[in-house]
Amino acid sequence: MKKNQSQEEFIKGVWRDNPVFVQVLGMCPMLAVTNSAVNAIAMGMATFFVLVGSSFLVSTFRHVIPKQVRISCFIIIIATFVTIADYTLLALVPAVHKELGAFIPLIVANCLILGRQEAFASKHPTKLAVLDAMGMASGFLLALLSLGAIREILGDGALFGVKLFGENFEPWVIMILPPGGFLTLGVILLFFNWFKFKKDEFLEDVAAAERSEG
Amino acid sequence: MTVPKDTSTPSSLRLVLTLAIAGLVSGVAIIGIYESTLPTITANKARELREAVFKVLPGVSQMQALVYRDGQLVAVEKPDKDEPVVYGGYDEQAEFVGYAMPAAGPGFQDTIGILYGYQPGKKIVVGMEVLESRETPGLGDKIYKDAAFVGGFSALSVVPEIVAVKKGTKSQPNEIDAITGATISSKAVVRIINETHANWSAQLSAPGSEPQLEAKEKTGTEAEQ
Amino acid sequence: MENLPWIFISALLVNNFVLTYFLGLCPFLGVSNSLETSARLGLATTFVMLVTAVCAWILNTYVLVHAPYLRLICFIVVIASTVQFIEMLIKKLSPALFRAMGIFLPLITTNCAILGLAIFATNRGYGFWEGIVYALGAGIGFTLALVLLAGLREESELSNIPKLIKGTAMNLIIAGILSMAFMGFAGLFSTT
Repeated sequence: MKKNQSQEEFIKGVWRDNPVFVQVLGMCPMLAVTNSAVNAIAMGMATFFVLVGSSFLVSTFRHVIPKQVRISCFIIIIATFVTIADYTLLALVPAVHKELGAFIPLIVANCLILGRQEAFASKHPTKLAVLDAMGMASGFLLALLSLGAIREILGDGALFGVKLFGENFEPWVIMILPPGGFLTLGVILLFFNWFKFKKDEFLEDVAAAERSEG
Repeated sequence: MTVPKDTSTPSSLRLVLTLAIAGLVSGVAIIGIYESTLPTITANKARELREAVFKVLPGVSQMQALVYRDGQLVAVEKPDKDEPVVYGGYDEQAEFVGYAMPAAGPGFQDTIGILYGYQPGKKIVVGMEVLESRETPGLGDKIYKDAAFVGGFSALSVVPEIVAVKKGTKSQPNEIDAITGATISSKAVVRIINETHANWSAQLSAPGSEPQLEAKEKTGTEAEQ
Repeated sequence: MENLPWIFISALLVNNFVLTYFLGLCPFLGVSNSLETSARLGLATTFVMLVTAVCAWILNTYVLVHAPYLRLICFIVVIASTVQFIEMLIKKLSPALFRAMGIFLPLITTNCAILGLAIFATNRGYGFWEGIVYALGAGIGFTLALVLLAGLREESELSNIPKLIKGTAMNLIIAGILSMAFMGFAGLFSTT
């Protein structure tokens, strides 16, 4: 039973409650850094680190932190992890850090992280909180990656810097510019909606069929 | 001392204490990571600068920072924050080769940051490197991707000032072909160099009397900001 | 280094905080269903930005020179305090306005646009006046984007929109088109 619940906590963040596509959280950095797949992964991993680390601490100390100052404490914890991530990236991969620029510190303002602390980590035991965080962060990473890959392929004709198409491919430059971000995400959400409607229709049909039979 | 769970309001002391401890631990963690990554970060920055300087001043293998103080250029280990700085480039024999001058200004989309090499003896620009640019990909970003444009800076006279002309019509030593389709970005680069040069020309040493290369130990671990 | 009009126009139009830098999207997508609320939120945000810009400059110049790694935490504390202060101020001066704004005031704290403003201004080394002009441009630009989207959304309330696209998907696509339109402002200030 416990194992199933653990799996459930992790998986839900990846698909069913995907932070970007379903909950529509964490938008700000999302669109800005997904102009290439590499940047998307870097941001996704930084966010993973911050989310899991913060959830771990918040959940472990949840009985100790008084309710009145909990938001401030959450923010202090999150900001600490973000600063650590910032300096680590600057030291290890300065080129990537330059691309992501100011958006690394902006992870602090990512509603996803603060939201998770408030909604889940502060109310659940450490193990579940960490699993939840890992799931959400993975979902976030996947969302970033898909957006980044689409924009890079269409806008630059490459993936991870490797040119995919031949010389004659005229890149759809707008995709790696800001409008491309909005449009791509909008279209992806469109597909999610379509998928959801189809699923609801299907479930309705099944329910109607059962009623008429039974 | 037990307190009922729901209706208790923790004392102000407890609130302040929690925040203070959180702040303290956070501070320690941040300072820790800062100190431990500082050497790598400083080394990276220094290396990037060196590479850029060597790129815009061919033949250079050593460099030092120069600032304008008390009416002349002096060599410094570490310039003050906000103090305008140029870099002197020297060859293997510590002979002065040229200045590497940082410059920045508005481009088409956003600020463009460049470093250009200048030889005062012949009054020519000998190299240009774009350090920072957010110009339009595929168009404005040709200012660093177009080899012909970048190459046009390898012997460019600054007398009376650099002029960007339509591609193919370059005739004077102070003219450079602009990039077709990225006229504004090209002209911005030229304008930035002209402006920076106008600002600095009075402060550069007379040709032949540039500051000597000072022997120094390896760059210290002071933080560069 | 950069002149003030360029900074202002750049933040307002050419590099609009919402449509070019993707900052402040949460309120942009969440609050823009009402023109009036959008305008009010925009103004409040602009004010917080101004205060933040000044505080950021003070911090950068006098305090953070010695401890640059504390920058992020200090900025957040400043922003949170400013929002708290404004909340109290509005509550006292105009309880009606306070009620009308409701939850949106505290939400300004997590608005990436304000933190983004502080960080950008720091990275570009803006001085006191540059910071103020930048904050004004950014805040008005933010308000502009919000009001534009709100106007479009209010209009579309009355139209027949396919179920599939209704909601955030449509708002994003509209935002994408707005963003493209704003791209046309690039080169507005080129002097050549």
